[in-house]
Amino acid sequence: MADEALFLLLHNEMVSGVYKSAEQGEVENGRCITKLENMGFRVGQGLIERFTKDTARFKDELDIMKFICKDFWTTVFKKQIDNLRTNHQGIYVLQDNKFRLLTQLSAGKQYLEHASKIKAGQGITTGNTGGLQESKVDFLGLLVAGSSAGERKVTSSLLTAEEVLMGRWGMWKVAKIIYSFKGSSLN
Amino acid sequence: MAVCIAVIAKENYPLYIRSTPSENELKFHYMVHTSLDVVDEKISAMGKALVDQRELYLGLLYPTEDYKVYGYVTNSKVKFVMVVDSSNTALRDNEIRSMFRKLHNSYTDVMCNPFYNPGDRIQSRAFDNMVTSMMIQVC
Repeated sequence: MADEALFLLLHNEMVSGVYKSAEQGEVENGRCITKLENMGFRVGQGLIERFTKDTARFKDELDIMKFICKDFWTTVFKKQIDNLRTNHQGIYVLQDNKFRLLTQLSAGKQYLEHASKIKAGQGITTGNTGGLQESKVDFLGLLVAGSSAGERKVTSSLLTAEEVLMGRWGMWKVAKIIYSFKGSSLN
Repeated sequence: MAVCIAVIAKENYPLYIRSTPSENELKFHYMVHTSLDVVDEKISAMGKALVDQRELYLGLLYPTEDYKVYGYVTNSKVKFVMVVDSSNTALRDNEIRSMFRKLHNSYTDVMCNPFYNPGDRIQSRAFDNMVTSMMIQVC
């Protein structure tokens, strides 16, 4: 049971550690986010290599997405993706109603910006998809919707790094993944 | 047993290639290069009727007069190519499969090494030793 808390605490420390050791101006121009994403990317690649070692060959994109939503998500976050939607033209929306790395943050706008940093640490998923797909899957961005339980529904969304990614990978067509997370556990 | 072993990255450049020194190395490099086309053909959806098994092992790619070439592709599109001497007592399919299994395991270990940059040439000694053990000729 304790190993869940270990990973969460370590992850949080990593995120705040990168920010604390950032030099002047790095926080604004997003270099911290990039560092976190790259870290997660590399971890994701190694993980994927291990997980797919024994699985059958993936026939198409849908196979890969199903693998991510079920096997991979279960192994890392101990639950499956709640909702997978696609427009059959290369865009997939994965919805996780209780993202484990964000459940410990209290609901409300105060921590919304910090949530985006936590998600950057989840470049793990980018590494995963990058490792599996040839050139087609791009990690587009994260929509964090925080909503408070009960009467008032506060919905705000953060589109992080979307424009940057679009510009950089714009010439590559096809799949983009949009993750949408409900940040509050009081859903 | 194996005469040449190569690990090819997703973008079709070699990450690791080694052949027994007694022969002309260039010839093996060329053979591996040409076998990549066969690999691509096998994993494309066109050949679905023939290679319907959802397996990573591709089997015999093509035989030449002296050598046989076997292929294996991982789910991350990294290809392993092995050239075997035909004149040797014919290696059974299972043995080739187990050799590829060992290759895959070692490659996974290399990937998980935090000091290894994916896309670089493989320089791990453990990987080298494993490949050497597969290439030692049995007298």
